[in-house]
Amino acid sequence: MTQELIYSVTGIALFAIGLFGLIVAGHIVRKLVAINMMGIGVFMLFLATALHGPDTVDPIPHALVLTGIVVAVAGTCLCLWLAISISKLDNEKRKNPQQ
Amino acid sequence: MFRNLELVEADSNRSGLSVGALWFCALLIAVTCGALIAAIVLSPKAPPELAALIASALPRSGVENPVTAVLLNFRSYDTLLEIAVLLIVAVAMVPGRTRVSGSRAATVNTDHNKDPMLTDLVRWLVPIAVLVSGSLLWSGAYAPGGAFQAGAVLASACIAVVLAQNHSLQWQSHRARGSLVIGLMVFVAVAIACVAITGTLLQYPGAHAASYILFIEIALTLSIAATLLLLFTCLSTTSATVERSMDGAKTGHPA
Amino acid sequence: MTLQFIAPYLLPAIVTVPLLAAICNFLMASHHPRLALNALFGLAQVLLAGLLLIALSLPDTVVEMRYILAGWSAPLGIELIADGLAAILLMTTAVLYLVLSVYSALYFTDKNKGARFWPLWWLLATGLNGVFLAGDAFNIYVTLEIIGLASVALIALSGDRAALVAALRYALVGLLGSLCYLLGVALLYRAYGTLDLAQLASLAEANPLTWAALSLISVGLLLKTALLPLHFWLPPAHASAPVPVSAVLSGLVVKASFYLMVRFWLDILPVATTTLALQLLGVLGTAAIFWGCISAYRAHRLKVMVAYSTVAQVGYLFLLFPLSATSIDAWKVSGGALAAIVYFVVAHALAKSAMFIAAGNIMFSYRHDDIDGLRGIVREQPLDVFTFAIAGASLIGLPPSAGFIAKWLLLGGAISSGQWWWAAAILFGGLLAAAYIFRFLNVVFDQSQAAELSAQRHARPVPLTMALCGLALAVMAILMGFNAGWMLELLSVSAAVSA
Repeated sequence: MTQELIYSVTGIALFAIGLFGLIVAGHIVRKLVAINMMGIGVFMLFLATALHGPDTVDPIPHALVLTGIVVAVAGTCLCLWLAISISKLDNEKRKNPQQ
Repeated sequence: MFRNLELVEADSNRSGLSVGALWFCALLIAVTCGALIAAIVLSPKAPPELAALIASALPRSGVENPVTAVLLNFRSYDTLLEIAVLLIVAVAMVPGRTRVSGSRAATVNTDHNKDPMLTDLVRWLVPIAVLVSGSLLWSGAYAPGGAFQAGAVLASACIAVVLAQNHSLQWQSHRARGSLVIGLMVFVAVAIACVAITGTLLQYPGAHAASYILFIEIALTLSIAATLLLLFTCLSTTSATVERSMDGAKTGHPA
Repeated sequence: MTLQFIAPYLLPAIVTVPLLAAICNFLMASHHPRLALNALFGLAQVLLAGLLLIALSLPDTVVEMRYILAGWSAPLGIELIADGLAAILLMTTAVLYLVLSVYSALYFTDKNKGARFWPLWWLLATGLNGVFLAGDAFNIYVTLEIIGLASVALIALSGDRAALVAALRYALVGLLGSLCYLLGVALLYRAYGTLDLAQLASLAEANPLTWAALSLISVGLLLKTALLPLHFWLPPAHASAPVPVSAVLSGLVVKASFYLMVRFWLDILPVATTTLALQLLGVLGTAAIFWGCISAYRAHRLKVMVAYSTVAQVGYLFLLFPLSATSIDAWKVSGGALAAIVYFVVAHALAKSAMFIAAGNIMFSYRHDDIDGLRGIVREQPLDVFTFAIAGASLIGLPPSAGFIAKWLLLGGAISSGQWWWAAAILFGGLLAAAYIFRFLNVVFDQSQAAELSAQRHARPVPLTMALCGLALAVMAILMGFNAGWMLELLSVSAAVSA
């Protein structure tokens, strides 16, 4: 049915745009936004597979997407923490260049 | 593309690739995207047998909401590993132990740096948020809700408190560390207890499945809220929250 | 018989023990019990893996064990599968973890770093055990994320800028790989309606959606296995990580995603593979061997050399795919090539860990690992140089090491399937490996300026136990060369019964 196809195509398109953004972007935060976008695209594709009709909804993709969101949050936070730590080290080095 | 990771330079909106390489990548990705869309559009979708299986097994699962049943009964192993992922990130980011680490998890700030508006808002908001969190947790059994949603609401209440600079947090205290790990601990303990009771890991005894699920979800809510709060305070770079909540950031971490 | 009584509990115990270890280590703040506690957990893992191997090698037991988690069988629930291949890899993980845990207890003297290291260490073990026992496609995604995030956190442990940048790069690549894998799984779920690996194997057909899914899954897993040209993240990450972390990363983490490649290509979706794709993987593997060896030869730092050596050795692993191409059906015909690759995996895990420990001890002693600055250290660090030499012998493929057996079996597979060009690649790769190993040994044995250099250097003595850990692993790599029979039998049993 058309609604499901729209979601699937949008999910794939988001994944592709996110992938291009990951390659193009220079700043780390943009790269992380791109990765999150790819994640959302995949989740959208999963949710599209849950639509089987007006009264049949498959709950397994919903549970998978919930798990995926938590994992994505954890991964993004870890990357952000690394970026902040690197930038802190760079700032300290800039203040004491002879260190 | 990944060789130079620029962080704070303002003009670093482009990676070091040439225009030709960018066009080539764009073309490659567009072709792949088109191929995937074609593959999806042209292939038939699988029939919903799994949905029917879940509908028939739902009465035996102890809850009425199918998503909660999948998360905490049918595919509880996935949820267990996901809580382990949260613990990984918590362990990686928790501030190190310093000399000033006390035994209290949160101490009230007595200085007058508090934001008056936020403080008053927090006074009204936090009790309501805690109640909402509890009701989300309870209603997960029969409606959309459950541990993750409840934990997120609870975490946002705690973040509001931290933003109001009402308290400062000691992540190395016993209670704070305990709150980070209690979700995984309770989940693993229940899993092993199930081996003793029913013989299979994570198989709840039939009549009491609902209570087991609720017990696990309460612990999960606490852990998820604590982990999200930790993630927020460790990533926050505003000076006030840095000084108060990232205890040991300058001295002990990264060690 | 007692084993029949214990056997049903083995699989859940193998995934639960590392979780318990992580929780215990997180709760225990004090420093002293760490060696005893973690050695105990390491022994428990070895015991469980050993019992599993015995259970699968008995002549009258099943060829694979399935465990139904939470009492709901697939496709509703998740199942754990253990066959000969998984059991051997679990044993390798357990042995490596035991030796490296002893090493780590002595290596991490800083309390803060130690408190952060041990929970992450055991959570990584949970992920590894989970991958080798996985029977569900989405479960594999979660365990891959556990492995990836735990590895990133462990690499970032040392806190210096190079390690943080390498960890961040690895994190981005890991997230990208996991998302590609997840997209492939989403396509499979759309096409076949199940996430269980065994059911996917029986339902799979060769249509465009399955090809697309397999390509995406492969790209994701190749990013994590660091096959050329997706290997750029590996040398900085493995070179700047703490020593036990580098050992586990090179020895086990890249093998986990390779194991999944083997499962998906030979076991679950072989109908979707094409001869061209299999040959392409072999070509990329050969390119990895050559490029890795050349880069290792040109490396200035010892740890970077060992990391590039991993890139080269990973290339050998991908020769499995073209050598299994004589018939596209699952394990059956590739029994010989699969046995060779499993031998390779185990040999490399042991030898590479020994090499990293030796390099780490040398770096601890001299506070740097510039190869040219290590001229003539053989008299000051005899144990570590000896460990390096033995491990290098296994990597080159000199008898009587396990690496020799692995290459011998690979050569046999290449020649008997008529693809002699892979045999040429294997032999030439061995020569190139000898080049960089002997480059290091030449520098280290050069005694011409020994007196004045040793006076300048002020070597710090390395604790004997740390050096012995490395030696133990290297000796194990040699001993495996003598006792090849049981592993080949275990693999051929699983191959023959499924035929």
